[in-house]
Amino acid sequence: MRRVLPVAIVALAALFGVALAAAMLELPPHAVRLPDDVAANIAASGVAHPITAVLLNFRGYDTLLEIAVLLLALFGVLALVKPHAARAAHPAHPLLQTLARLLAPLMVLVAGYLLWVGAIAPGGAFQAGAVLAAAGVLLRLAGLLPAWVAPTLLLRVGLALGLLVFVAVAAAVLGHATLLTYPPALAGGLILMVEAALTLSIGLTLAALYLASTEVRP
Amino acid sequence: MSVGLLYALAGAALFAIGLAGLLALPHLLRKILAFNILGSGAFLILVGLGQRDGSVDPVPQAMVLTGIVVAIAATALALALARQLLERTGRMQLPEDRADAETDDA
Amino acid sequence: MSAALAFDLLIIAALVWSAARALTVADLFRGVVLFIVFGLLMALAWARLGAPDIALAEAAIGAGLTGALLLDAVGHLRAKREPEA
Repeated sequence: MRRVLPVAIVALAALFGVALAAAMLELPPHAVRLPDDVAANIAASGVAHPITAVLLNFRGYDTLLEIAVLLLALFGVLALVKPHAARAAHPAHPLLQTLARLLAPLMVLVAGYLLWVGAIAPGGAFQAGAVLAAAGVLLRLAGLLPAWVAPTLLLRVGLALGLLVFVAVAAAVLGHATLLTYPPALAGGLILMVEAALTLSIGLTLAALYLASTEVRP
Repeated sequence: MSVGLLYALAGAALFAIGLAGLLALPHLLRKILAFNILGSGAFLILVGLGQRDGSVDPVPQAMVLTGIVVAIAATALALALARQLLERTGRMQLPEDRADAETDDA
Repeated sequence: MSAALAFDLLIIAALVWSAARALTVADLFRGVVLFIVFGLLMALAWARLGAPDIALAEAAIGAGLTGALLLDAVGHLRAKREPEA
């Protein structure tokens, strides 16, 4: 029994994979062409890069709910770690510390660039936030950041800012049309404002997911 | 066969690998790895099938971008839960798997 | 067979191999390292699918941050195990 069960599971999973592949090979051609819809409406979206237009304008709901999910996951992690596990970071090798001190400002600069360039080319809030979070992880590994088990008020504001700004913008355009339908004249500015807040919050939340769940080992 | 369909088929293979690992492996860290592989397979299917006629489709790409961020949030929460289980029971295995895997020391 | 198709098949073979090995290799630390390799290969796959946005996010989040979280968990597990062993 102990040996048979895993073999049966692997066989069934393989069967599932084959069935899935067979189903994909038999699919008819697309009935709806979404890229054409995106291309037709991109002029009114406020940005020139199609993926940013989809994320922040056409399917803004996804991104709004996604930042809420990210915040909820952080609440879960913070609820699970024990407060007394928080201790001061132990200093790492001086070389790593110097490297982290040099790289962290550059990474913040790269994050700012990715945020700005997201309007016209690959980039945007997610990638910029990930780079910000990576800077946080690097500083943590170099022993320059303490564990964030109990976030301070300022940090809490930063963590919630993305969601709050997004919800505020979504509510503000309700008078004009439906939820998250930006007026075309203001769309570019509104999207940049939402993205800037999202970048900060995504960066802080992703960094906090690492900083809160990892503990200091002296 | 287009590039999109090729990667969608690879996604099906990765989905099957992740599914088998998620169900068959007792160690929770391996289950988390398997869950991430399963997710990557689903993302490849989503984008690959959307682009099976050879054109680039920004809609599934944007959805996958959201999905990647949600996947890391789920991973971090799962790891925190697994740590809690390790703290309380000394093992990173679910109670119902433990009898099956006394010899698994990973 | 064109060079592009050969490259795609190579990436797919490496993806499937690294995924399977990450789950089956005996040492958990090696499994996590193989998973990070898998994440970086995924970034290549996204680039081949014409999705540079996802490639950027996958390299930074899928391989980088997830890898850091998992490596830390393995280190935590080892630190727990060592006094017993």
